[in-house]
Amino acid sequence: MPKVTVDGLEIEVPAGATVLQACELAGKEIPRFCYHERLSIAGNCRMCLVEVKPGPPKPQASCALPAAEGQEIRTDSPMVKTAREGVMEFLLINHPLDCPICDQGGECDLQDQSVAYGRGASRYDANKRAVTEKYMGPLIKTVMTRCIHCTRCVRFSEEIAGVDEIGALYRGEDMQITTYLEQAATHELSANVIDLCPVGALTSRPYAFEARPWELKKTLSIDVSDAIGANIRLDSRGREVMRALPRINDDVNEEWISDKARYQVDGLTKRRLDKVFMRKRGKLTEASWDEAFKAIAAAKPGKKIAAVAGDILDCETMFAAKALLGAMGSKLLEGRQTGMDYDVSNLAAVNFNSTLAGIETADVILVVGSHVRWEAPLINVRLRKAVKNGAKVFLIGPEWETTYPAEFLGTDLAILSKLPKAVADAFKGAARPAIIMGGAAVAKGALGAGLSFAAKYNLAREGWNGFNVLHISAARMGGLMLGYAQPGGMADIVKAKPKVVLSLGADEMDFEPFADALKVYIGHHGDKGAHSADIILPAACYAEKDGTYVNTEGRVQFAEKAVYAPGDAREDWTILRALADALGVSVGFDSFAQLQNAMIKAVPALGVEGLADFGALPKADAKAKVEGMITAYLIKDFYLTNPIARASAVMQQCSAELLHGDNLQEAAE
Amino acid sequence: MANRHLATDTPELRARWGSFVWTKENRAKADWHIAKYPDGRQKSAVMPLLDLAQRQVGAETDTQGWLPLPVMEYVAKYLDMPVIRVVEVATFYFMYNLVPVGKFHVQVCGTTPCVLRGSDDIIAACKKRGMEKGAVSADGLWTLTEVECMGNCATAPMVQINDDNYEDLTPERLDAVLDALAKGENPKAGTQEPGRHTSEPSGGPTTLKEMVAGNHDYRGQW
Repeated sequence: MPKVTVDGLEIEVPAGATVLQACELAGKEIPRFCYHERLSIAGNCRMCLVEVKPGPPKPQASCALPAAEGQEIRTDSPMVKTAREGVMEFLLINHPLDCPICDQGGECDLQDQSVAYGRGASRYDANKRAVTEKYMGPLIKTVMTRCIHCTRCVRFSEEIAGVDEIGALYRGEDMQITTYLEQAATHELSANVIDLCPVGALTSRPYAFEARPWELKKTLSIDVSDAIGANIRLDSRGREVMRALPRINDDVNEEWISDKARYQVDGLTKRRLDKVFMRKRGKLTEASWDEAFKAIAAAKPGKKIAAVAGDILDCETMFAAKALLGAMGSKLLEGRQTGMDYDVSNLAAVNFNSTLAGIETADVILVVGSHVRWEAPLINVRLRKAVKNGAKVFLIGPEWETTYPAEFLGTDLAILSKLPKAVADAFKGAARPAIIMGGAAVAKGALGAGLSFAAKYNLAREGWNGFNVLHISAARMGGLMLGYAQPGGMADIVKAKPKVVLSLGADEMDFEPFADALKVYIGHHGDKGAHSADIILPAACYAEKDGTYVNTEGRVQFAEKAVYAPGDAREDWTILRALADALGVSVGFDSFAQLQNAMIKAVPALGVEGLADFGALPKADAKAKVEGMITAYLIKDFYLTNPIARASAVMQQCSAELLHGDNLQEAAE
Repeated sequence: MANRHLATDTPELRARWGSFVWTKENRAKADWHIAKYPDGRQKSAVMPLLDLAQRQVGAETDTQGWLPLPVMEYVAKYLDMPVIRVVEVATFYFMYNLVPVGKFHVQVCGTTPCVLRGSDDIIAACKKRGMEKGAVSADGLWTLTEVECMGNCATAPMVQINDDNYEDLTPERLDAVLDALAKGENPKAGTQEPGRHTSEPSGGPTTLKEMVAGNHDYRGQW
């Protein structure tokens, strides 16, 4: 623990800290462009210069200098001031002063820091350098003349994403950042370089020239595009969500979000259900709320009413539907739309027990039936970190491109109970072994075999639980906590022959077995569910309501309402509350607060933000065996997994261009 | 330094170089270079391999050689590393040609000491012979490039032609070298000053004169 003095203030800093970190600990702001906490140190922007004694009598780059015992650091001396002014002047020599037409304006590091640390005026009157634009795909817009060569984007794609596709070509003044042959950046986290770029060189293409940061209302929200529950900030103007940005949460998403989480928001205004529709003579026609409620009441469901929860639903909606069904005397609740029927008597057995942050400390990891890169890009980042720390990763399932060295053992699930010797030895010798069960494996009934695997290799031990199930739907854990599971899955609902089926944004379910039932779709997008429904009640999506979400590791998180739902659409719980009146039952809540209180009373864990405690793993059935091949993963198209993404033009373009390789249709010129 | 750019990726380029593989000798050399580094660090050999590839391309086209994109991709694959990292190296170092060059790549030093010693005349002499900066001459023999310091300031001005330096040049001496090369001869590399061997002081030593004949103890004179 070296002791250093920063501007006369003596502080103790952790061993291995840099001078820059020491200054920050002392509460001093150090300007920087290339330094980033989560990336390797480059030391090439020179903005973080400070004066350090003992040492050479010249300013030093604090980001790349280890703090050492007895250092005297000055961040306020005339030398530091002139050094910063000098560096800033050099950086601005080749930077166009086009802030008024730059999308980064208002949230630009270079802009802010040149105001704070620059000279105020330029002395440079020669010609500036110009760089041709580089194509980086449908998400990243480039204006490479603005690039100051911090190489954050290069380091991000190499270190975090694990896809070496951005590089710095040429040298010196001619240096240019580009992808190889200007191919599109094709990984799931590519748009994070937009946040990393300290200037306006890499900006968001879909958001280009849409808004200025100071006009936007910022709302703290939770991403629903996968089961990670990434912390996001929704920036909205008026009634429209303009963009989604990551919030920092080291336990969940660190500082990144997937491209889908970021860019599906344009789907919030497309294909929206904003009016009540009823099917009359086979055709969906506009109707009023009254008509719709009357029609549902006329079906006289009694106990024969079922509710199927969609993949991106909040807990409050699910609880409101549960309360409604409970008042009707029905328990026909299910959320696993595709018909999975795994045992949920102990939720620890279907939880990501290692936690997202914990999985990066694992030393041997077996992934069974999960295309982690698509099902949870942010867990893939964690796995990559684990591998960098020396972990071994084995996978069972069809091969996909991992971003780290990993070994595919085959597609046969039987491998789970009969590991190759080398793998078994690795697990026996591991200190923190882990298994990740994906949806493709769980769907084949591999959960029991996974649990016996966990018991055999002692995955749950003192201070470590290595048994993980990776869900792909944001509503899954919340739904399971609220009892949205029948022992036989969807088949039980079909068997019960309900008269009324409430589809709460459930688009992946099969409506065919319910041909005789009145199918009521309460949701926000005109997707598969709405096509099959008899009555459509327009509801709010995740950006348009407060709500609680539980991610795949059992972390309870709360999202806030950013904008109002369009047209006649209402928040889901109000629809269910009104439906209760129409059906003549009482659900016991009249406001959102009452609903939430009732929910927390029923499931106390939902009232506490943070990890829910599901207890220990159930006792494994040692005889549990699983057979069969994993032929495909649950996600066929990363960019089109939920109704919002399917409605999003940006996601459709990504899917067409990045996954299906269609050539961009160029405008006739 | 400016004007460096990658050759355009065209179907013709792919057709010509898409099937590039090491010759037997070069494969042995490439593996020898790779073997210099520990297991898993094979990408450290990217620079010698790019040089080797450039020479092989040169041998095939009877030029100094250059690095077409498919060849860089081949090297990347051979070293199991991302292509963009190979391209970064190839574009960074001036010794890798990114576009086709002539049989003789005349690199004239244009840094201060050479300018003071008359490199402008050298460049003019090259241009007079029909060379053009960054282009291959009509007969396919010459490419002219102006480069920064090559470290031969004591024998300035100098040019580097392929693997050899020619120093102490005047336009006439340069013409003699270039004529010899054009005829397929091997002119003497190094200094062109008669009586000078390498970079020793021309006209005899001006300091430490007593050291010429034998060892001399200067310590008493300090």
